[in-house]
Amino acid sequence: MRKIAPIDDRPELLRLEGVDKVFSGNVQALSNLSLHVNGGDFISLLGPSGCGKSTALRLIAGLSEPTTGRITWAGPRGDGDLGVVFQEPTLMPWATVVQNVHLPFRLEGKSYNSVKDDILDVLKLVGLDKFQNAYPRELSGGMKMRVSIARAMVTQPKLILMDEPFAALDEITRFKLNNDLLAMQARVGCTVIFVTHSVFESVFLSDRIVVMAARPGRVIEEVRVEEPYPRTEDFRTSAEYAAHCRAASRALEHAMEAA
Amino acid sequence: MTAPADIAPPPAIDAEEARRARRVQLEKAARYVLPVAVMALMIFLWDRLVVWNEIPHYILPSPGRVWASLTNDWPILWEGAQLTGRITLLALLVAVLGGAGLAILFNQSKMVELSFYPYAVILQVTPVVAIAPLIFIYVESKTVGMLLCAWIVAFFPVLSSTTLGLNSVDHNLRDLFRIYGASRWQKLWILQLPSALPYFLGGLKIAGGLSLIGAVVAELVAGTGGVGAGLAFRIQEAGYRLNIARMFAALALVAAMGVLIFAALSLLSHMLLRKWHESALKREG
Repeated sequence: MRKIAPIDDRPELLRLEGVDKVFSGNVQALSNLSLHVNGGDFISLLGPSGCGKSTALRLIAGLSEPTTGRITWAGPRGDGDLGVVFQEPTLMPWATVVQNVHLPFRLEGKSYNSVKDDILDVLKLVGLDKFQNAYPRELSGGMKMRVSIARAMVTQPKLILMDEPFAALDEITRFKLNNDLLAMQARVGCTVIFVTHSVFESVFLSDRIVVMAARPGRVIEEVRVEEPYPRTEDFRTSAEYAAHCRAASRALEHAMEAA
Repeated sequence: MTAPADIAPPPAIDAEEARRARRVQLEKAARYVLPVAVMALMIFLWDRLVVWNEIPHYILPSPGRVWASLTNDWPILWEGAQLTGRITLLALLVAVLGGAGLAILFNQSKMVELSFYPYAVILQVTPVVAIAPLIFIYVESKTVGMLLCAWIVAFFPVLSSTTLGLNSVDHNLRDLFRIYGASRWQKLWILQLPSALPYFLGGLKIAGGLSLIGAVVAELVAGTGGVGAGLAFRIQEAGYRLNIARMFAALALVAAMGVLIFAALSLLSHMLLRKWHESALKREG
């Protein structure tokens, strides 16, 4: 099980300093975003549509460059140090489950046989070890998302970026995946930045909720959920959970008013 | 509360499902039976038309005469079919290599695409019948000339559909490849080519028919000198001799070749896509 240090004692992994992003047409997507990401954090970016959550993820992923400001990694960074899960499962439909999960290694030039154990381990972790040779079309929406998560985790990255991964799933599947995601993160020990619209999801999953406002996208407040992991279904019904949800909702209301 | 005794246990398959199953069965059979029946009817009417109106065979031969020509003239018709078939298949092969190759080249360099794409379009929209006579002035070998004609009409659908396919990659997958630092070659090989496959196969089906058209046009323009006579040439020659029955027989063979090419390419497409692509999947209900 992951050893959880208090948030302020965790080593720094990544730092965003005064990041602005302006798109053509003078649309300010992000304004003066500063964020310290520590190793082991589970950070949720919570906010209304247009608050720049996804833009922030793209900047951290290196898919886009800040207009001004800096994004610095604390240590050296390799290709396998970052995993990404999109809103859609984004699997290659012509490839089987194992082939899809092998992809990050394949792009590093590692053959299937050399990483077979890692792939099978991560498939077991997401509960799909019996579906190795299935094609994505044979899987349900939740299972496809599990494959996507397995692919992001297979290289044991330092950081996983998740862009509303469960938004399109039904609530029963979403709760199950929320529980399982926490268990997986505990096993892999990675840092997660998780974009969501849902107060409840962010409180259940994360220990830091960064609440953002729109037009321009900016950070309004950080809400901490300093409740111990592992968190189970019991946590969902606890008084502490309700209190944190209230705090996060209030912060979100401020964000909406500020917009 | 207990169920009344006179209610029968539910059948294994309800009435609606049984009707649906019957309809599916019927449609399956009709798919083959109906076209054959239509053909038999047409041939019968054709025959009656000729007999009742006493139409002379040099105007419209009866189906029986066409059949006789097909069997009696089989050696020369078969030889013609082989020649036309060879040109068609070679042209299709060159069209695939050229069309897909150009598409990949265009995809790798926007500048190359901007430079040459308009000329590919010009080549496509100019009727091949109009280009063919020029080709045979400059190209010494009849075979090469015929190949060139067939290629000009057949490569474009492969080029345009493969280009579309290479550009239709899921943008999230494209981002994913960038995040993992994929090389241009890896992106092409692992992501773009499989994405483009269904589009390519669609273009290939069209190109198959077009390469036959190109081969026939080329034969009509080129004549026989040196390469023997293909089916199109046989049609022309039989026309000069008022041997209308042989014209029909040769035409039937050309049509059969076209159908055969289409069926083969459809089968190939099904085999390659059946595991994963939406177009090849059967839906329930």
